[in-house]
Amino acid sequence: MSSILLQVIVSGLLIGAVYALFSSGLTLIWGMMNVINFAHGDFVMLAMYTAFLVWTAFGGGPAASVPIAAVVLATIGVLSYFLLVRHIMRGPMLAQIMGTFGLALLLRYSAFWYFGANFKTLPDTLLGPPFVFGSIRVDAPRLLAGTIGLIVTLSLHLILTRTALGSRMLAVSEDATAAQLMGIRPEHMQAAAWALAAGATGIAGALIATFFYTSPTVGETLAIVAFVTVAFGGFGSVPGALLAGLLIGVIEAVSAFMIGPVYKDVIVYTLFVLVLWTRPQGLMGKA
Amino acid sequence: MMRRALPLLIGALALLYPLLVSGSAVYQRLGALVLLSAIGASAWNLIGGYAGQVSVGHAVFFGAGAYAALAGYAQFGMPPIAGAPIGVGVAILVAALIGVPTLRLSGHYFSMATIAVAELVRVLVTNWEWLGGAQGISGPAIPRTVLDLSFTSAVPYYYIFLAVLVSILFMTWRIEKSRMGFYLRAIKDSERAARSLGVAAGRYKLYAYMLSAGLTAVAGALYAIMFGFVDPESGCGILISVKMLIMAALGGAGLLFGPLVGALILVPLEEISNSLLGGKGAGLTFVVYGAIIVVIARFLPSGLLALFTGLRSPRKPSATEPSHAA
Repeated sequence: MSSILLQVIVSGLLIGAVYALFSSGLTLIWGMMNVINFAHGDFVMLAMYTAFLVWTAFGGGPAASVPIAAVVLATIGVLSYFLLVRHIMRGPMLAQIMGTFGLALLLRYSAFWYFGANFKTLPDTLLGPPFVFGSIRVDAPRLLAGTIGLIVTLSLHLILTRTALGSRMLAVSEDATAAQLMGIRPEHMQAAAWALAAGATGIAGALIATFFYTSPTVGETLAIVAFVTVAFGGFGSVPGALLAGLLIGVIEAVSAFMIGPVYKDVIVYTLFVLVLWTRPQGLMGKA
Repeated sequence: MMRRALPLLIGALALLYPLLVSGSAVYQRLGALVLLSAIGASAWNLIGGYAGQVSVGHAVFFGAGAYAALAGYAQFGMPPIAGAPIGVGVAILVAALIGVPTLRLSGHYFSMATIAVAELVRVLVTNWEWLGGAQGISGPAIPRTVLDLSFTSAVPYYYIFLAVLVSILFMTWRIEKSRMGFYLRAIKDSERAARSLGVAAGRYKLYAYMLSAGLTAVAGALYAIMFGFVDPESGCGILISVKMLIMAALGGAGLLFGPLVGALILVPLEEISNSLLGGKGAGLTFVVYGAIIVVIARFLPSGLLALFTGLRSPRKPSATEPSHAA
């Protein structure tokens, strides 16, 4: 019994690290410029298709698809910033929701039109047999995704808090005019934030594709997980997203195991509503 | 002269539309769908447009109306229309329950909270066998009496929806001119300033939210009556919430006719391109839909009607303005 529970918790932590990674992109954009990117889930979807194309085109596994997806998505992120977000962030909040949601529809249905509605999956054997640690068995793709997810989320946090680029980005998010007077270009920093956020999302998507089905509407499902994780952890906080991601992963896995798979979402959303009720800024957000 | 003639002309056109297109059932249906969407978007406009609290979870109330109408039939054999008031009551009650904690949140926090609550409700409904679970529930297959409001032609629906829409717009217009309308706009501009001048902001936001929820449930019930079917996705899906928001924002949120204008553009766009492109190009419809929304958000952030009313949003000073960056 306890070894099964341990197994469940470990798999929850691994999926939680992936949740943390793809949510940190969303939270970073929010923290930088108070914009909710409703197209975030569709960025993940594009990264998953990129991984799929890398595999069909030249049989490349995650070693090839992860960096390629990161670069492709970072490019898409920067393009979205310069062509759309830079303009709509000056407008009313409704225009921001409309703009990024329109982008989401555009990306989602372009994928639908180009790739078709069928679910695509990468072969299970892509990464070899499961790993066994004592009584715990972990599928190779999930172990890889969880580990990289944790490492990249932590690196993102370190970039934001320990590097000159991170300090400049923080300066712009706190007071863009003051930052400008110090010789920092707000637009460049915001574009950098989009590149980082979308790049991290790209890595997450390429990793998810190794163990989850890919379809044009998969982003919708994932985006809701990301919204809940971000709101749970605190808007704008990468460590908050990490904590919330891991918590949600474990809670999902344990409640699926104890109560039944259909109720895991109910438990997570109920918990989320309770957190919003008592602590609207989230676990680690600024009030 | 023009000022008098134009509304009369539009009114006459709205009344005679089904006769003008009497040859085409498709266009009659399209007219009914435009009005139905306008009802939902106008209901959303009360809280999202006038009070500026952007709810992305109105599908909860839409679903309450739709499910109440059909569950009343499926479980007790009531005509769907008899379930509608129950749905409205449930929606108002749920709005009070959701609104008390979440309306304290400001801006995006409120939007995110409403998304999460709507998803929670969708998941609950999907697992609730009494409401048909994931399969959904159907209305009466053949009308038993005229009370079932089940017609093959779209024309009766057109006139029912027109009457409901006109009532909602009239009510909105009265609110707009009333003390409450001024309070809501004050809250939208600056909640802190409104409070400091003695507006009971929390109470008025809650009133607007509950009223908006009740009217959204009416839209849901009418949808269920016309289509005779609802499942978790068509009743409580996030797309339902987003469509209400986008229609209102496209035409002009916080303007009386904004949602109607948005519906007049988006519904035909969706229906016509769906039928032109057929099943194969179904994806392409939403590509176009998405592109249009993006372009409007980019170039007309306050909606189309803002072009005529001169209500363009003042540009917020921002360090990213190119003029500053020099």
